[in-house]
Amino acid sequence: MSIAEEIRPTTDALLKTDAPKKPTNMGQILRWMLLFLGGVAMVMPIAYMISTSLKWPHEVYNLKLIPDEPHIENYTYVLEDGRFYWWFVNSMIIAVITTVCNVIFDSLVGYTLCKFRFPGRYIIFIAILSTLMIPTEMLVIPWYLMSQQFGWLDTYWGIMFPGLMTAFGTFLMKQFFETVPDDFIEAARIDGLNELQIWWTVAMPLVKPALAALAIFVFLGNWTAFIWPLIVTNSVEMYTLPVGLSSFGDEADVAWELIMTGAAISTIPTLIVFLIFQRYIIQGVVMAGLKG
Amino acid sequence: MADLAIRNLVKRYDKTEVLHGISLDVEDGEFVVFVGPSGCGKSTTLRLIAGLEDATSGEIVIGGRVVNNLEPKDRDIAMVFQNYAIYPHMTVRKNIGFGLRTSKMSKADKDARIDEVAGILGMTDLLARKPSQLSGGQRQRVAIGRAMVRDPAVFLFDEPLSNLDAQLRTQMRLEIKKLHQRVGNTIIFVTHDQVEAMTMADRIVIMKDGHIQQVGTPAEVYHKPANTFVARFIGAPSMNMLSGTVAQGGLRLGSGEVLDLRLDAADGYPVTVGVRPEDLHPGDGPALVRGPVTVREPLGHETLIYVGAEGQEVIAKADGRTPPEVGEEVTLTAALDTLHVFDAATGNALR
Ligand SMILES: Nc1ncnc2c1ncn2[C@@H]1O[C@H](COP(=O)(O)OP(=O)(O)OP(=O)(O)O)[C@@H](O)[C@H]1O
Ligand SMILES: [Mg+2]
Repeated sequence: MSIAEEIRPTTDALLKTDAPKKPTNMGQILRWMLLFLGGVAMVMPIAYMISTSLKWPHEVYNLKLIPDEPHIENYTYVLEDGRFYWWFVNSMIIAVITTVCNVIFDSLVGYTLCKFRFPGRYIIFIAILSTLMIPTEMLVIPWYLMSQQFGWLDTYWGIMFPGLMTAFGTFLMKQFFETVPDDFIEAARIDGLNELQIWWTVAMPLVKPALAALAIFVFLGNWTAFIWPLIVTNSVEMYTLPVGLSSFGDEADVAWELIMTGAAISTIPTLIVFLIFQRYIIQGVVMAGLKG
Repeated sequence: MADLAIRNLVKRYDKTEVLHGISLDVEDGEFVVFVGPSGCGKSTTLRLIAGLEDATSGEIVIGGRVVNNLEPKDRDIAMVFQNYAIYPHMTVRKNIGFGLRTSKMSKADKDARIDEVAGILGMTDLLARKPSQLSGGQRQRVAIGRAMVRDPAVFLFDEPLSNLDAQLRTQMRLEIKKLHQRVGNTIIFVTHDQVEAMTMADRIVIMKDGHIQQVGTPAEVYHKPANTFVARFIGAPSMNMLSGTVAQGGLRLGSGEVLDLRLDAADGYPVTVGVRPEDLHPGDGPALVRGPVTVREPLGHETLIYVGAEGQEVIAKADGRTPPEVGEEVTLTAALDTLHVFDAATGNALR
């Protein structure tokens, strides 16, 4: 696993610097135990997800981690069910478009708020930040009414529009653009680039780690989003993966083994996204470390 | 190439005025150095010339064109920043070529120009590297290269050498000067290091608190400082300042000595007499200062001696072989024509 490989030297180094001369002491043992418990807490849900996806329906409520007769029928069932592909594609389209939009719009606004002096700048920033305090649950009804009026119900646009820009992303990018020296921007200005070119060719490459982090957050957030897609979609073909998976089974019985199978498959793209972008994040941490 | 003129330039940030109407004419191809203590407005002046800030009032003229309302890119200038401002995500070639991005040259012409500049700066082998793989001096050269590719009318340098170590600084100082002799563009160079100013400039502009104190060749500002500020600022160690008064057609010093210096002022008028350490030495002649040697700093061919007199310490130069001992009473003297006399109240030169 490349994540493990990437991270191991760091954790090793951390442990090494803290390691006392005596091989065992209470602090060390306590630390290891806490780490172990944390690890178990992280791994258990995943282990149960995979274990459940390998069980027969009658075994599902049995908490044994190792199924009596592990099998992959669930996987073949889910993968042969056409609906799963629909949902997968829907989720993918929505997550990718939303991620791209966030990366562009959040950083455009963040850059503007960070590097330009104009009247009302501070008020705008506070206004954007204050939207962070409003929970999604409160917004869902206005969004729904709006979508209804505009005829956006049961469309991709309807699912995506609330998340194409986020206050959090804007804030994150604004903070990161603070680390880009003004000289870089002024030098480019003297060299004759317009403001949009400066943003794209000078500022954006310098905040790649932040962009990567933002991309991961936004992608995961949209890939796993549940409440809003559930409300705004009606037809099975428009469901996203989480909404679709939850619909497996019937009124009488929830088909947990199928849901867990779908969930297991749906973690694959998130893993891939993380693997693609984590390089930049680690790079960013290293760069930040060297600067100081 | 072009000349540059600044007329009554004022810059105000909100309520605070940081430039109080400065005027200056720079000739085509001249190397002008702005020097002054921190916060005196050197960078602000440069940024106004570059167009990175708007002037509150006054005019900036480059090559006969008033450029106040032009964008930086239309002013025909290039600027080198203190921390280089070369882009870490681009190779040296890309960085140097950055100044040509918006030019209409063909790709081949651009490449040729980049190669030419890299050749002048001795960086041909480094073009494929990223800035992180360069030394401080090399990074500085890239920054200069980026300014050079466009062959601007005026180069603006804002303390480009202050991040380099002493040795490299001396070397780059020389290189920039050679470069100037070779390319001949007008250069405005900002520094707060007076040695840099003296060694590089055709003319020095000395600033303080948003005012120009004096403009002149290095020799002029050294030998004919316009006021006590310039006198102290230029030259190391700093000029000694002795207080005195006009008396009986001459000058009476604190030491009691009356010097045969004629001034157009009433008897009793307070003045400040300046004398450079290199002009002040133990010996016979008019006794400017009398007192015990407190510290000796041997420099080899000569020795700096600190002499305590009348509650102040003056620095003088003594012979390197037989300098006076610490504690020894000495009488310091200087040739009359090396003395500078300033109005004690205003600090302006009287003679
Ligand atoms: N954006 C600004 N807002 C308010 N005051 C400013 C601003 N920029 C500069 N100043 C003030 O203007 C004065 C001149 O600043 P400037 O940067 O020109 O000094 P400097 O001569 O370049 O000094 P240094 O040698 O430290 O670089 C300073 O007192 C500074 O505090
Ligand atoms: Mg400055």
